[in-house]
Amino acid sequence: MNSSLILGIVTFTYGIASVLYASALIFNKNSVGKAGRFLTMGAITGNIIGIALRWIESYDHGIGHAPLSNLYESLVFFALVTAITYLILEIKIKDFVVSVFASPIAFLTIAYASLSPNISDRIQPLIPALKSNWLIAHVFTCFLGYAGFAIAFALSLMYFLSNESDSEKKGLFSRLPSQSIIDELTHQMIMFGFLFLSIGIITGAVWANSAWGTYWSWDPKETWSLITWFVYAILLHARLMKGWRGKRIAIISIIGFCAVIFTYFGVNYLPGLHSYAS
Amino acid sequence: MTSEQFQKKINNKATAGQNLHIIWHFFTSVKLAIVLLLLLAATSIMGTFIPQNMNSNIYHNTFGHGLYEVLNALSLFDMYHSWWFQSLMFFLSVNLLVCSIDKLHATRKIIFVKNPSYKLSVFKHLKANKKFSIKAFPENLEGSYKDFIEKKFNKCIVKNSKNGFVIFGEKGRLTRLGVYYVHLSIILMLSGGLMGSFFGFEGHVNIPEGGSTNTVALKKKSESVELGFEIKCNKFNVSFYDTGAPKEYKSDLVILENKKEVVKKAIIVNDPLRYKGINIFQSSYGSMPPEKITIAISSASSGMTFNKELEIGDTVDLPEGLGTFALQKHLTSYSFRGHNIGETFLGTLSLKEADEPVNIFLPLKYPSFDKMRRGSAVFSIIDFERSYYTGLQVTKDPGVPLVYTGFLLLIIGCYVTFFMSHKSICIEVCKKGDKSLVTVAGKSNKNRLGMDEYVKKISDKLSGMTI
Repeated sequence: MNSSLILGIVTFTYGIASVLYASALIFNKNSVGKAGRFLTMGAITGNIIGIALRWIESYDHGIGHAPLSNLYESLVFFALVTAITYLILEIKIKDFVVSVFASPIAFLTIAYASLSPNISDRIQPLIPALKSNWLIAHVFTCFLGYAGFAIAFALSLMYFLSNESDSEKKGLFSRLPSQSIIDELTHQMIMFGFLFLSIGIITGAVWANSAWGTYWSWDPKETWSLITWFVYAILLHARLMKGWRGKRIAIISIIGFCAVIFTYFGVNYLPGLHSYAS
Repeated sequence: MTSEQFQKKINNKATAGQNLHIIWHFFTSVKLAIVLLLLLAATSIMGTFIPQNMNSNIYHNTFGHGLYEVLNALSLFDMYHSWWFQSLMFFLSVNLLVCSIDKLHATRKIIFVKNPSYKLSVFKHLKANKKFSIKAFPENLEGSYKDFIEKKFNKCIVKNSKNGFVIFGEKGRLTRLGVYYVHLSIILMLSGGLMGSFFGFEGHVNIPEGGSTNTVALKKKSESVELGFEIKCNKFNVSFYDTGAPKEYKSDLVILENKKEVVKKAIIVNDPLRYKGINIFQSSYGSMPPEKITIAISSASSGMTFNKELEIGDTVDLPEGLGTFALQKHLTSYSFRGHNIGETFLGTLSLKEADEPVNIFLPLKYPSFDKMRRGSAVFSIIDFERSYYTGLQVTKDPGVPLVYTGFLLLIIGCYVTFFMSHKSICIEVCKKGDKSLVTVAGKSNKNRLGMDEYVKKISDKLSGMTI
């Protein structure tokens, strides 16, 4: 049993969980949603075991390091935190509908990591720049933030499919919560994401200062994380100070998540210090 | 002064005051903050697509002359340090500061009140409320309810009413300050950055093994700066993984003051040396040309070979009285039939039988290269001693403590702003026959949905209490 095999099974499980959640919504069957939750829990457990095994395997190769050092490892980790976040939300609001939209994100991320020919899943040794205790803190907090934004994105998509009030609920999406609740949950997720993105940027800055002597050098990835931060700062101010709600917030949240994706993937096509993340 | 002049002066003063007011008002706007954040985000994108601070020739080739001039005039090749980008950040700081002062001024009576008063009427029509009745008299409930609220809230006041009592609880008043922590943190970070750019420097220096320096060349300007002490590199070492990827770069450094050794440390990437506010980072390395090489000289006729250690400038007599060989210089690269064959030593061979000396090329990578010449003596480099130089990034940034304080404040501020709130709660207990009617109502400055839950939780706890 090695980590690759386990993570392969995990990918499959996330996929089935997504299908179950979607069918639960379409056929309006809570029991199917429960099965989705059950599978998600299994996938999360497997995901954690897979990451832990990979960590151990890296020591067996004599190049031991936390499995957060390249694109493959970060995607696998991202899938994990996204799944944990939507599961917690599902349990907390006692409703599986958020998971209908959020579980495909976890599934697609880990599937992309495993199947894309451009992403190597080999355990590679750490280059000198990455040998730091800040690596774990930086990657961990960044991806916690990204997971918050991913769920907020799923909620925002949901917003556009939901009905304004309970009375006019009809059709396929009648199971969705009311728009005010979606709006509130989006806000909660964005606050969570914003806090951890801030910590992620800060730990990155402190790390950069201990590795290169500058805490900020306007490298494209740094800059894009700051752009993302700006977008969500705009959202928070528009909501809290200008009273924006609903549709407009959902739109900014979607734009914000596009910025997250670009920070994550797009930047690898631009030159800069973070090139090892590709 | 005539009355007319006086009137004019007063008017001027009034307009000056008005202008100041208008400017102040302009900066209190949240809309301005949103616009500035939007502008910062939008312009920052440009700098990620146009590589920054490259050689102007590269820009010329990429953009062509006309476009280059336009982009250069807009400082787009160093946009994050351009006057307009810095102005945006400056305006954002002023905006934050003015906005915060304005808001703080407006809410100071809520935040910094010494003896807050509690009125039942405020809690009468709150959405977040919960009622239940319990089989007990109010006077039997008072003690345990008070204990409960005192434990949960940092302020607790009990008032007696006509047929019962009212308990007010309050906590988290100061969490209203969280947002100001966030704003202050940004101002701190930007001031730290400004301080660093004025009083700090960022330089680079290459030191060969065994060498030392007390000056470094600045990155941004073509100046160098005196450190006030000497950095000596005793040894540089690079190690590789089996895959060929670099594993570790290490420089054994010594700090010398007045020729005396004061600090000794081996630095690697991520573990710099800090001395007197100056930080020394491992940043690059390179190899120095070999100073000493060993060459094998074989005679083509007898097949005899003998080895000789040589430095540049040395001349050696060839065996069998063939002539002399002189090692001339080191070439960092040499092109042979259109191929670059890398580092090469150049020597001259003066044979007795020939009139003119011949150039001999000895590439380090191809020891048998000289065989192709089919000369009477064949030369090859069989060994060489190479030394490295270490590339050090040397920086000083007195703004760092300010920036780090900002970092800490930002995290605390965000946490407080997002996840803590100013909560007040009111528990009204009225006697009704042999029962008591209990009403729990609460309010919070944020997360109203959460407050509903909270009030429900408190009410459940209170109703479940055994008296």
